[in-house]
Amino acid sequence: MIPPPANAAITAVVRDHWGRILAALVKTFGDFALAEDALQDAALAAMRTWGDTPPAAPDAWLITTAKRRALDRLRRDQTLARKTPEIAYFLQHQQPDPAKEEPIPDQRLEMLFTCCHSALDEKTQIALTLRTLGGLTAEEIADAFLDKPATMAQRLSRARTKIRVAGIPYAVPDAQALPARLSAVMRVIYLIYTQGHAARAGEALIRRGLTREAIRLAKTLVLLVPDAPEPAGLLALLWLSDARSSGRTDAGGRMVPLEAQDRSMWDHAQIAKADRVLKSALMRKGIGPYQLQAAISALHAQSPTWDATDWPQIAALYALLLQVEPSPVVALNHAVAVSYAQSAAAGLALLTPLAEPLAQYSHYHAAKADVLLRDGQHIAAADCFQIAINLTENDVVRDFLRAKAVRLRPH
Amino acid sequence: MQYMCLIYATEGQGPQPNTPEFGAFMQGYQDFTAKIRADGKMVAGDALQPSTTATSVAVRAGKTQITDGPFAETKEQLGGYYLLDCADLDEAMSYAAMIPSAAFGRIEVRPVMVWDT
Repeated sequence: MIPPPANAAITAVVRDHWGRILAALVKTFGDFALAEDALQDAALAAMRTWGDTPPAAPDAWLITTAKRRALDRLRRDQTLARKTPEIAYFLQHQQPDPAKEEPIPDQRLEMLFTCCHSALDEKTQIALTLRTLGGLTAEEIADAFLDKPATMAQRLSRARTKIRVAGIPYAVPDAQALPARLSAVMRVIYLIYTQGHAARAGEALIRRGLTREAIRLAKTLVLLVPDAPEPAGLLALLWLSDARSSGRTDAGGRMVPLEAQDRSMWDHAQIAKADRVLKSALMRKGIGPYQLQAAISALHAQSPTWDATDWPQIAALYALLLQVEPSPVVALNHAVAVSYAQSAAAGLALLTPLAEPLAQYSHYHAAKADVLLRDGQHIAAADCFQIAINLTENDVVRDFLRAKAVRLRPH
Repeated sequence: MQYMCLIYATEGQGPQPNTPEFGAFMQGYQDFTAKIRADGKMVAGDALQPSTTATSVAVRAGKTQITDGPFAETKEQLGGYYLLDCADLDEAMSYAAMIPSAAFGRIEVRPVMVWDT
């Protein structure tokens, strides 16, 4: 399999160019598997021949080498190759040359739409996006999902075969299909982020690296569809969440609730950057769930203290989000915001109808306990904390809830 | 590319003969067939008799074994098919979604294998 990278700098250069080069190769050869194998060959060749200094134009070097390798593979495997007229021409006339390489066309958007196609299951979409656009290896992706490397490699290989054999298009969808397809891409990027975000201290570094990867993908998407406001909303949301991540756990790995977080630990430069992106997205009409969530996150991020939180505006934004994307979890967040913006009693009134759909959801009971506590109903609050403790599977959250519940018991 | 759209549904589900809904349902199939003909996508298409009329044939050790019934006794049974000629999976999926039985059953879309010559 792939030898451990000898040189981290080369690995980083290869990874930076991976998505763009791979997308161009898929366009040329019309075959995901061939393009990826060829680029992998080129990456290994780079490890062997670059030494300590990559060439002046590493992308031209990589794509030329990959094209040569792809052509070699095609020549060796003439019967299996599905040759397009372009490839036949290549095989006969052209010898790829880094000096003559045209600027690499950006086909990453086409590739994102292919990787996030609904004909592939969700986990496959995520894995394929990380592999093809992020340049992560199957081993690294397997690590992030706590899967066996062989299982992940097989999943990726099946997906590449399905793309080719089933005719999943490598194209930007037409205007009619675009919004739904774009939200599938955004969903995959968001899920990559949450997968990394859920990782706690001590877990594999690569898993936490997923948050960085998701941000990189969101940035790429904004670059590729600069006029669409929702991808910008997504980028702002991820930046905001990431900017506040350092305050969420203490040195001992214990969860710190928002009200007790040290706000000076947040990355305020990144918060400002996210706010600029969000503001310009909001000007471009076309409100959507990512912009709304980013706007809520921005209000929290920019509030100097917990007490200064602009709850009326947060409650109003959750009400809007509830209209755009109705779900019991959004309704829960709305109810909590209302409990601060208006009164605990008003919050409780909104929480009651959610008891059934969220019966198994630990956060519901924990949130309700908090609101009950503020309403002076200590016994009911203690009961709710206990239900939340029983339901959670997260050790860090359980410890946090226990500590809260203990304070309520009569001594 | 050719795509086989296999129409699966629970038998007895969906509009039944001699009900007002059935006429509209059958009209839906006629309209769909007319559309794929007009769009130049139709290769073939048929409805099948119910799975109670199926006979399964297998040959083991040179001997033919006959079973009364479909290949698998699953809840959802194959009820018909369309063979379509489409540009890509997206197009095939959009036509599959127009098949009237998709509203209660499920259409399996499978690319037809192309042999290299």
